[in-house]
Amino acid sequence: MKTHAIALAAGVLFGFGLALSHMADPNKVLAFLDILGGWDPSLTLVIGGALAVFMPGFAWLRRRPRPWIGDTFHLPARGAIDRRLLGGAALFGLGWGLAGYCPGPALAALTFNPREAVIFLLAMIAGGLLSRLPGLPSRQRRRRMYHR
Amino acid sequence: MPAPFAAIVDFTPATALAGGLLIGLAALLLLAGIGRIAGISGMVHGLVAGEGGGWRLSFLLGLVAGAGLYVTLWPADLPARQGFPTLMVVVAGLLVGLGTRLGSGCTSGHGVCGIGRLSPRSLAATAVFMATGVIAAVVLRHGLGIGP
Repeated sequence: MKTHAIALAAGVLFGFGLALSHMADPNKVLAFLDILGGWDPSLTLVIGGALAVFMPGFAWLRRRPRPWIGDTFHLPARGAIDRRLLGGAALFGLGWGLAGYCPGPALAALTFNPREAVIFLLAMIAGGLLSRLPGLPSRQRRRRMYHR
Repeated sequence: MPAPFAAIVDFTPATALAGGLLIGLAALLLLAGIGRIAGISGMVHGLVAGEGGGWRLSFLLGLVAGAGLYVTLWPADLPARQGFPTLMVVVAGLLVGLGTRLGSGCTSGHGVCGIGRLSPRSLAATAVFMATGVIAAVVLRHGLGIGP
């Protein structure tokens, strides 16, 4: 129950932040990515602001044995920088720049731009399932528990 | 063709920074509280794949609620985008879904949490999706003539 309360509270903060920063507005995102138009640098401050909190916070957390709830921090292992990672990131960026949505903002946009958001999210789920097609670079199990 | 970064428009530094700080705080709360990384694409794909842990659903519901709270307080601030081609939204969604699955993350998981942890994989992925995002947005607006 506490787990859900913490996850819910973090989600509320996250969603409110996406809306307040206007990162949930696809035209704001496109105005950031389109460096040849009138350039809107606002999103550098969104990511910069998030890092300004998360980076020192993470450095502090590293010295703690475990989260408040649960036995361990679930962090991705330091795997290789491989074709699957870079190819996937390249495809993700193309999709991001073609409509102005990444996953979090698309969910936030359900509240003010539901038609586009629903279409985007359904296509996104379908795209995720496409990753199971044969011939694509296979998924390594990289997740591991992290004790520190 | 105009020079890159020639004109800065619509810059909203205060709300961008404030929203970014909230996003960073949310990611820190999720990690400190239940030991989980705030990667939105991973949560969505994980839910679709039936991976356990209702915390994903709680966070995502909170995200939508947080954005909804903002939209309720300031309804005129985030207008719905009109007239953007549906086909482009579908193509973008497919690319984002496939790309984030193959690349193990999106703007939140790699761009904020991964960079905040100084993960080499996330630094590489973020550099790649920023670059292809810029290319796609420039082609969208100046090549295809879509969007403002």
